[in-house]
Amino acid sequence: MSSSHIVIRNVRPLDAAPIDIEICDGRIRTLNTADAASGTTHNDAEVLDGEGCILLPGLVDLHTHLREPGREDAETIATGCDAAALGGFTAVHAMANTAPVADTAGVVEQVWRLGQATGRCDVFPVGAVTVGLQGERLAELESMASCAAHVRVFSDDGVCVSDAVLMRRALEYVKVFGGVIAQHAQEPRLTEGAQMNEGALSAELGLPGWPSVAEEAIIARDVLLAEHVDSRLHVCHLSTRGSVEIVRWAKQRGINVTAEVTPHHLILTEDLARSYDPIYKVNPPLRTADDVQAVREGLADGTIDIVATDHAPHPHEAKDCEWSAGAFGMLGLQTALGIVVETMMNHPGASSSRLDWQGIADRMSVIPARIGGVQAEHGRPIAVGEPANLVVVDPQRPWTVDPARLASLSRNTPYTGMTMPVSVRATMLRGHFTVVDGHLS
Amino acid sequence: MRHLLSAADLDHQSAVRLLDRAAQLSVVSDRAVKKLPTLRGRTIANLFFEDSTRTRLSFEAAAKRLSADVITFTAKGSSVSKGESLKDTALTLEAMGAEVIVVRHGASGAAYRLAHSDWISASVVNAGDGTHEHPTQALLDAYTIRAHLRDGLGDLTDLRIVIVGDVLHSRVARSNVLLLSTLGATVTLVAPPTLVPVGVSSWPCAVTYDFDEALADADAVMMLRVQAERMSAAYFPSVHEYSRSYGLTDRRARLLSEHAIVLHPGPMNRGMEISADVADSPRSVVVDQVANGVSVRMAVLYEVFGARAEISPEGISHV
Repeated sequence: MSSSHIVIRNVRPLDAAPIDIEICDGRIRTLNTADAASGTTHNDAEVLDGEGCILLPGLVDLHTHLREPGREDAETIATGCDAAALGGFTAVHAMANTAPVADTAGVVEQVWRLGQATGRCDVFPVGAVTVGLQGERLAELESMASCAAHVRVFSDDGVCVSDAVLMRRALEYVKVFGGVIAQHAQEPRLTEGAQMNEGALSAELGLPGWPSVAEEAIIARDVLLAEHVDSRLHVCHLSTRGSVEIVRWAKQRGINVTAEVTPHHLILTEDLARSYDPIYKVNPPLRTADDVQAVREGLADGTIDIVATDHAPHPHEAKDCEWSAGAFGMLGLQTALGIVVETMMNHPGASSSRLDWQGIADRMSVIPARIGGVQAEHGRPIAVGEPANLVVVDPQRPWTVDPARLASLSRNTPYTGMTMPVSVRATMLRGHFTVVDGHLS
Repeated sequence: MRHLLSAADLDHQSAVRLLDRAAQLSVVSDRAVKKLPTLRGRTIANLFFEDSTRTRLSFEAAAKRLSADVITFTAKGSSVSKGESLKDTALTLEAMGAEVIVVRHGASGAAYRLAHSDWISASVVNAGDGTHEHPTQALLDAYTIRAHLRDGLGDLTDLRIVIVGDVLHSRVARSNVLLLSTLGATVTLVAPPTLVPVGVSSWPCAVTYDFDEALADADAVMMLRVQAERMSAAYFPSVHEYSRSYGLTDRRARLLSEHAIVLHPGPMNRGMEISADVADSPRSVVVDQVANGVSVRMAVLYEVFGARAEISPEGISHV
């Protein structure tokens, strides 16, 4: 473990003028402009030269699949946390669709403790909304909220809470402890056997279609339910123009809704299904170029609040097969920041959908921490006295994705051979480096 | 032609050339000794993950008439539903010396995946993949139409062909729309809106819900089989109503012009999409389709093997 007294020199917080930042005992102790600090010596301090680098609050992922317990062949909490740290994350929310399902205080506490034990990244378990993700009766939400794991986000992710009455009850029930229901919006009957976005391409490829309306109809229903019972809704991985428009309408109406988009829905389109290679198979499916443009605009104007990875590791055999036999999902933790910079900063398509470093920090750290209820420790301002959960990004050091070199146990990245425009120089959790010079420390 | 995965792989010239080759090879089928030495010592694997006795036997007959050795693997969909099996089975067959793999699989894109993954180097012929395509069926349909309406020569320019039934789930329809339009025909699909895919407007064909109207100037009518499971899945209210609106009944058959022919990929649901009398009438060419299937598949195997290594013209030039 690295020392607890660290100085990062010449780093630009959120792209502002360079500073020296001194970290001691897990917190930011001093901030000095680089000029004023020159000549200052910090005895015994470990020094990182941040020349040319950007300093951001440590990234926070609201949507990660760590697979443990149950599928430790695909990922473990430890390997997932390694990938998270290398991707610049200091906190991840671990989805509940494990085996056993995270639907009791016992399971969420285990996940939370295993996360703490890694020392690389805070793991905040997401609790299941319904017992066994079966969509039949509520899990013991209050027990999960009040246990050591302190759960605030509840989701049946992978499965939609499609029963309107159950969804209403869940939205109402979590008001007691300020929780939020994160809905996987997928009308089940409209997507039976569905394999890819429904449209001209699915008709040509003969793959059963996954219509936009299956997502949009659930989002429309849920924002109205949230309004009716005056509760808080979070929409997972929205992927269509229609979904963006519904959320925009709901926010204008004052409904308490937040939404996320994945990096892959910001950059990849359904055309990749032409390869019939299930490395591109994901839920919700990749959509059209028009949808990609819409989610970028939505992310830029704040309709979509955050980027969440939906990091979904799968073993090789689950992707090395025909399309319909392939599993849904792709890796995301180590490539998320690069994709966001590429799509929202370097090549946003339209100037109205461009983000600066502050905008990226908001959408990948500050707001996800707030939605997840972990804003006391994560997504904090870079200021004296604040917890030192930070990431140093080198915008001048591109890298090429090689699945064999990712930290995940699985290799199912759709970005093989693609160049990521920025790299993570260092990640710091509570004043200790988890990553230095691009390597786990 | 290294693989045949989709009717879209064929441009006008290569499609006509395949039909001409099939015509040339069909002469073998009329002889007492139905065999050419062309593919002697070469190995073809039939990899059938779905039950399809007709298509499998047709490929087997085609391979044997060209003197190829045939390895056949059949498995019912449910017992080999895991993807690993497709890869492992293909590896196994290639290890046994198969140079060409004929694959029928319930997953759309399975043939494409076999051809384009780095699993095997064998050539792949698509014998039907899920609800995607069935290109040799389209070739035998085109061959049959050409034989009856174009004296077996050239292409299908200006012919009006109507395809009727469950287009949504039909690999036969997809391949035929592509191939028949490539060959110059005008294709019209007739189906209830529930059985037409969203996005069909980008296909090179027209779509109508009015079967009677479409029949008036049709040169050929192709009826698609309605699968039993569609009948219970609310795509249409009842068999009776479907048959009344989209079945080729005796009354509708009388609307056809004298020269018009009726095709069906089989097996037929008599009394459902086609009446028994129409199925047995002189304008029905269903039996010809089966015979032509062998010739067309001989031509496809010939072309695919030819793309891998020079085939001696022995037995071809003097048939």
